[in-house]
Order: sequence, then structure tokens, then C-alpha cells
Amino acid sequence: MKLSTYNFLTSMAIKGVKVGFPLKLTINKKEEVESEFNPTFIERLLPKLDWAAIYGAAQVAELADDIPPTQPENIGENELLLQKLHHLLFEIDVLEGQLECPETGRIFPITDGIPNMLLNEDEV
Amino acid sequence: MARLKLKKLEEYLQGVDGFEQPKILLEQYPTPPHIAACMIHHMQSQHKDIEGKLVGDLGCGCGMLSIGATFMGAQLTVGFELDGDAVDTFRGNVQDMELPNVDCVRSDVLQLAGSKWEKTFDTVVMNPPFGTKHNAGMDMRFLEIALKLATGAVYSLHKTSTRAYIEKKALEWGARASVVAELRYNIDASYKFHKQKSKDIEVDFWRFEISKN
Repeated sequence: MKLSTYNFLTSMAIKGVKVGFPLKLTINKKEEVESEFNPTFIERLLPKLDWAAIYGAAQVAELADDIPPTQPENIGENELLLQKLHHLLFEIDVLEGQLECPETGRIFPITDGIPNMLLNEDEV
Repeated sequence: MARLKLKKLEEYLQGVDGFEQPKILLEQYPTPPHIAACMIHHMQSQHKDIEGKLVGDLGCGCGMLSIGATFMGAQLTVGFELDGDAVDTFRGNVQDMELPNVDCVRSDVLQLAGSKWEKTFDTVVMNPPFGTKHNAGMDMRFLEIALKLATGAVYSLHKTSTRAYIEKKALEWGARASVVAELRYNIDASYKFHKQKSKDIEVDFWRFEISKN
């Protein structure tokens, strides 16, 4: 699971959950992968990114020094930051871990790189 | 990724593993490599809807369309799949082929409505369950959700017999729909009770353009 995917995962489908985001991330095993740097793509993705959630994930991945805690202005001109963002969003693959709903504590496991967001019948 | 030729794409997709034990109730069968290659190639060559884009694959199964999109230059592809065995096969395929930029989320597509994935994907691609075995109308439910998740275009397969109905619903849902091609779809006897060895069904390959509102 890349952190770009993490940015969009919520527990809001659970009955009674109001926001369900961001999910609390735990990483037990991760690996680094290589992917082609595409700054235009990152800039297009920016409006959809929740910076606070991404920063939180960066802390869990021990890369919190790479990006500032709040979204700076004019990121498009900051090549270095774009590269750090690229690495964070697309080159960290969480293999084992979990996601926790901030309102109910419900755990979604991440196994072999895949988050399991399936709910039980009584949760929906 | 360099611009890929249709033949080469099809060759690559022939290496994608299918379902080990397809589940009838989920209508599991891999999109045939030739069909998937034609679809993906068309999306890019005619509409530039794949290269450099954020692509979603609803009901991705073993990943034929997701992997096709990745080969064709999608910057990031996310597949959504309910079944754990299919998800394992998807993951195995992606690892064997060493593809970056593809993720899979195990989830119920029907629960994606109202999620943070809405208006996220440039392009959504899918080969939805046609809704034949006990879940009639499933492909329409997939389509309705796909149209909410995409900002640019949705590509999907539906039985030709439902063409008029889809045209009507697409309008209601705010999309401009067009049939790109008519396919004759060959589902090999992957389910043991098929009477004939190979059954051809008529399928439309649709493109839905999201209205910019």
C-alpha cells in the first residue's frame, strides 16, 4: 500500500462514523520501490492530498524530516520538496501493518501490501 | 514508459495469471488479454486517458486491466476487489511483473460511493459483473459509482442487450455515453456447467465522458 493510496482510505462506510479520517497508520514492514518521478502528476494530485494525513504517515514511516508539517505555498517551484513528496507517496510500500478508525477503533489489517477494508454485515 | 504497440501490450497481458478457482457467484473470469489490450490501447491512442493519469479499476479481479493501464503508462493505478483469492492473484501478478505504481485495495465497490475516492481518478476502467447470477443490475450499480469516482472518463463493458437502458441512465447520471466497439466475448468453459465448450456473448465497450460541472 503506497501512502498515496493511504491518503484516500477512510472508515466512513461504518455505520455511525462521522468522518473516519485519517486512519491511524501502523507500519510493521515496509519496502522501498522505485518509480518514475513525474512532477506534473504530483502537482495535479496536490489538491486531493490531505497534507496533515500525509505528514502523519511520514512520521510513522520515519520520514517526517522530509516534508514540512503544513503545506507550503508554491510547491510547484520547489523541486526538492516535490522529489521528497514523490518518494513518500509512491516509493514507500507498506507490506504489513494496520489502519485504525479514529472514531470506533476498528482495525483494518494491511497484509502483503493490501489493506483489507471489508466490513462485516453488522457494521454497515 | 515508452509508447506501447497494441501487439506488444497483448503479449505482456498474456502473462497475467487468471483465477485459480473462479467463483461463480462473483462472475469471476479474467478479461481476455486481447480484449483488455484493445480496450487500453484505444483509451490511450484515441483519448489520451491512460498515460500519466490516475486510473481506478473497479472489480479488478486478477488485475488484467490495471496491469494493462500500467504498461500503457498510467502514473498510478488503484484496483478495488472484494475477493481475497483474486486479490492474492493480483498481488502475485504485480510482483512477478515487477510493476511499480499499482495498488490494490480489498473492498466492496458498492461502498465506495460517498468515499474520499469520489472525483479522484482521471479515468476509471472496469469489466464489471454483468449481473447474471442472482445479482441482476450489478453492472449498473458499478457504473453509477464509477461515474462518481472519475473526473475525466469511465470505460466499461456491458451486454449489448442493455444498450438503450444504459444510454438513458448515463444521461440521468450526467455523462455523455458512446459505444466504442461491439465485442464478441468468449468466456471459455471456466464454469463446469457450460453446455457448449465456448459461449460467445455480445458485449458493448462503452466510453462515458464526465460532464464538467
